[in-house]
Amino acid sequence: MSTDTSLAVRSREENWLPVLELAVEEVFEIMLGCRVKPVPKDASQASTEFTAMVGLAGTLCGILTLCCDRKTASGLAKSMLGPEIADNEDQVSDALGEICNMIAGNFKNKLAGTDGRCMLSVPTVVKGEEYVFYSLADGDRMETVMLFENAPVTISLQLHS
Amino acid sequence: MDKVRTLIVDDSSVMRKIVERSLRQAGLELEKVVEAANGAEALAELSKNPVDLILCDINMPVMDGLEFVRQLHTVENGKGVPVVMITTEGSEAHVVEALSAGARGYIRKPFTPDQVREHVVPVVGKKS
Repeated sequence: MSTDTSLAVRSREENWLPVLELAVEEVFEIMLGCRVKPVPKDASQASTEFTAMVGLAGTLCGILTLCCDRKTASGLAKSMLGPEIADNEDQVSDALGEICNMIAGNFKNKLAGTDGRCMLSVPTVVKGEEYVFYSLADGDRMETVMLFENAPVTISLQLHS
Repeated sequence: MDKVRTLIVDDSSVMRKIVERSLRQAGLELEKVVEAANGAEALAELSKNPVDLILCDINMPVMDGLEFVRQLHTVENGKGVPVVMITTEGSEAHVVEALSAGARGYIRKPFTPDQVREHVVPVVGKKS
């Protein structure tokens, strides 16, 4: 990728969104064996039945989330592990958390200037839509929507200012 | 290549399965696969189950992968067993820290079976 991703030079959403999208595309292609591309946000908005979260701390502070509906979460897990786990909700959650974790890691590894100074949390997965998401990360927010088996998967990164 | 006894250390059971599958796809014949969810569990497993190869994550609760590698030589069956880190922590600083601690290889997630083959096969069965 030719874009300058240095933390000092690049600033936020319009510059880092392509990096986030590339990080997502690579994880889907390598670990799930499927190609995904961003779609217009207003065309599709993912359900929040399953929300996976990974925190970032250090040079880059914030939270990365991945949201999708139950069927899509199961489909993602199936693609990653095989059909036998499709109905095991714990393993579906575990798989979703790992996908989120790999996206966060892949994203930060693509940014110059975070070398060893940005840590990731262990993933957390929330099931159910009856919650309000509140983050102290009050800075830029970037979001991309990918279609997986024709269903939207929303990946968001909320950063501290 | 002889059949390989393997210890896979990752707090995600899904990732442990994926690592095992990738090892098989990479051409390794696995005689036995022992799993642990963190470094402390892995040290305890090693005292009961000698292995030829260890694949280990870095970010884990209780005891992380770097601390596990540092303590590996202190436990029964641990000395010299080759460890390959498989982790989302991809910075050069982490690679250097892991190799300095005693790891013999480093694979960044997401990873392909080819990358597993490239980093694992050369160290299997070669105690340091």
